[in-house]
Amino acid sequence: MPALQVIDAPAAPGPRRVMLDQFDARLDADFPPVDPARLIAALKPLLPPENLKTQIEALRPYETDGLAAYRSLPAVVALPETVAQVQAILRVCSDLGAPVVARGAGTGLSGGALPYPGCVLLSLAKFSRILEIDAQARTARVQPGVRNLAISEAVAHLGLFYAPDPSSQIACSIGGNVAENAGGVHCLKYGLTVHNLLKLEMVTLEGEVLHLGSDAYDAPGFDLMALMTGSEGLLGVVTEITVKLTPVPETTQVLLAAFDNVEVAAQAVAEIMAEGIVPAGLEMMDGPALRAAEDFAMAGYPKDAAAILLCELDGAGPDVAEEIARVSALLSSCGATEVRQARDEDERKRFWAGRKGAFPAVGRIAPDYYCMDGTIPRRALPNVLTEITRLSEVHGLAVANVFHAGDGNLHPLILYDAAKDGDQDAADALGGAILELCVSVGGTITGEHGVGREKINQMCVQFSSAEIDAFHALKAAFDPKGLLNPGKAIPTLARCAEFGGMHIHNGELPFAHLPRF
Amino acid sequence: MRTSPGSDLTESLAERVRAGGPLRLEGGGTRGLYGRKVDGAALSLAGHHGVVDYDPSELVITARAGTPIIEIEALLAAENQMLAFEPPVFGSAGTLGGAVATGLSGPRRPFVGPLRDYVLGARLMNPQGEVLRFGGTVFKNVAGFDAFRLMAGSLGCFGPILEVSLRVTPRPRTERALVFEMAGEAARTWVTGLMGRPLPLSGAFHDGQRLHLRLSGGEAGVAATKAELGGEDEPLETWAAIRHMTHPVFQEPVLWRVSLPPTGPAESFETTAWDWAGGQRWLAADSVDPGVWGHAARLGGHATLFRGQADNDQVFQPLAPGVFNLHRRVKAALDPAGIFNPGAMYEGL
Repeated sequence: MPALQVIDAPAAPGPRRVMLDQFDARLDADFPPVDPARLIAALKPLLPPENLKTQIEALRPYETDGLAAYRSLPAVVALPETVAQVQAILRVCSDLGAPVVARGAGTGLSGGALPYPGCVLLSLAKFSRILEIDAQARTARVQPGVRNLAISEAVAHLGLFYAPDPSSQIACSIGGNVAENAGGVHCLKYGLTVHNLLKLEMVTLEGEVLHLGSDAYDAPGFDLMALMTGSEGLLGVVTEITVKLTPVPETTQVLLAAFDNVEVAAQAVAEIMAEGIVPAGLEMMDGPALRAAEDFAMAGYPKDAAAILLCELDGAGPDVAEEIARVSALLSSCGATEVRQARDEDERKRFWAGRKGAFPAVGRIAPDYYCMDGTIPRRALPNVLTEITRLSEVHGLAVANVFHAGDGNLHPLILYDAAKDGDQDAADALGGAILELCVSVGGTITGEHGVGREKINQMCVQFSSAEIDAFHALKAAFDPKGLLNPGKAIPTLARCAEFGGMHIHNGELPFAHLPRF
Repeated sequence: MRTSPGSDLTESLAERVRAGGPLRLEGGGTRGLYGRKVDGAALSLAGHHGVVDYDPSELVITARAGTPIIEIEALLAAENQMLAFEPPVFGSAGTLGGAVATGLSGPRRPFVGPLRDYVLGARLMNPQGEVLRFGGTVFKNVAGFDAFRLMAGSLGCFGPILEVSLRVTPRPRTERALVFEMAGEAARTWVTGLMGRPLPLSGAFHDGQRLHLRLSGGEAGVAATKAELGGEDEPLETWAAIRHMTHPVFQEPVLWRVSLPPTGPAESFETTAWDWAGGQRWLAADSVDPGVWGHAARLGGHATLFRGQADNDQVFQPLAPGVFNLHRRVKAALDPAGIFNPGAMYEGL
């Protein structure tokens, strides 16, 4: 196992404190400004008046997404209803050189839908129809503005569901899920968004409609559909999606295990996976998180525990019974102080309600919290937890931990008070240190929330300049003018030189060939 | 954590790549018949081999591209794990890099997803000889574009794949192979219905006369399904022959792989052997009929001339002009001078 790199990251001086909702022509993207009046005049003939918003009070609801700390105003909001309108809008943007930011439901947590100042904000909210359900083929053809949960609801009577279930599934749109490659509690067994897609229809900046993927099990050529998935709206605008539907499992059971030590709980996770069991979900909460969740949702969690695991198993009835017995025995032998099976569907739902409500629950115990999203190899979990505790002490802020433990996806929630002097700085510094810790053990800075505007500087820690160059080249293959969601997901090398230069690995200054600003 | 002895040829490969192309990338040389012929100097990756990291509790294996698939599968089998996508292996020399570059998945595809879904990360050499790492060793990772998934089935057009991290899965606790006397279309309809239920199916193949089903899962679930479905038991080796394409249906001089929407009409393809519950058909012939491409396209699918092409023949389904142009730009993004496997997939790509 790689040695744990200890990072004592004191609040970084200078440039790190610039709020990331401020775009910088030097560090992000440089466009000649487009006169808003000219832009609006060009868009007006394309849409019914009520689908083009230009007044500042009508633009306000679009100035931020699920990352509410970042705000910025577009020049105009366009709400097309047809693919032809999307094509026409994008052609205007291409011709005038206006940046375009596509937006689904605006629930993203990393500022991916944050408007570039003066951009055209392209909302897909009116693309809200389920176009076709093929019960035999177990597929649904939907528009991007359809809510994630609405798909499962529409096919429930067929004994089917759409598997990826991000915690925002009541509100988030399937188009946003594609842009994000959204995961969820059950992706350990059922996969991420990319694993549940068959076809995409997309429009390029030049207004060309392309079809990627196939109703067959594969398509000829490069897998550009996979490249589009998770590309944060930087490559094209998705206008139609065909998703795979999954038969609802015959039986679903959940176990709750309590531990008096967090590291022991983390070890139990590795043991379950090594046993050859693939749970439908395997979640972990530490003491502060589970106590907040219990007070919030009255899920029935043991409040004196240092950590709990929720392990969901699904499949054929007799197989699930057998696996429940094996996992229960394993958890006890790993040192669980208590192992409980949900007695009925009601209790199972309560166990999950606590977990799904963990973020708002933590929101009640601190004025502000900052949600991190790193992924690490499971074997690093015990050490990373110890290190997070140490970092939390160094920076003087408490951390509540909520994990998708089965796939090593951590959501440490940093508790702070933005009104308190220095707290915001300390939260940023602690957050950065946690992400760098994830990278240093072989993990990633984001498991499922993505890199929109937030974490864009940490991209420079995870990727080399040659890798970032390759990403920009791929972006340019789709969008040569660089107008689709500029300043997001992939940092410029100039940004890395300025912000990524804090982190010196092996004594080498990264991006040494670039000028420092 | 386990590793195996191997050798790291990154430096010498980089030197060769920097000297320029065109280069014809090679692994174990077992898949040479797949794709179009490449004119270029051979760049062999077979010597760049060895398992870099395998920790069974992580369910991830990382190995250099030249590592033979059979070596990887033996290592996994010792831990009761496997490659769920069951890539066809055409000889003991068949490598990991070759499997990823061709992107072919085995009989489990409709039930567990394709090879692409198991690639967690890859290291790629760019034309400057620099090593680019895309993805990693963790399942959930949304930093940067997912260029590693693009490597699956890329036929080496983006450059030498040096190392791959794969998600591995536990072996099912039990498996059974069943055979049914049933005509192709009746079998396809029946299997389609079964797949709408949460049954432990892991293979559905029709050899032209009989339907072969494989069940994988827990003992109780498999036994209950077998009791419900009936059929005769047959040896599990049948599935090895399907996977590795040693079954008699694959043995004609011209072999088309026709990928169709599994529940849609198959028209004149109805009588072929099929795998993937009807989604992948194998059309054996004694000469090449270019009409197959048009026919497959009309049915919403695509065709690959899997075996029997002449030099410079078209092999893969023609792409829509807009999609082909995008292919050229994506290829040029990572390989601007076109030195890696030019023309392996399409003429002019």
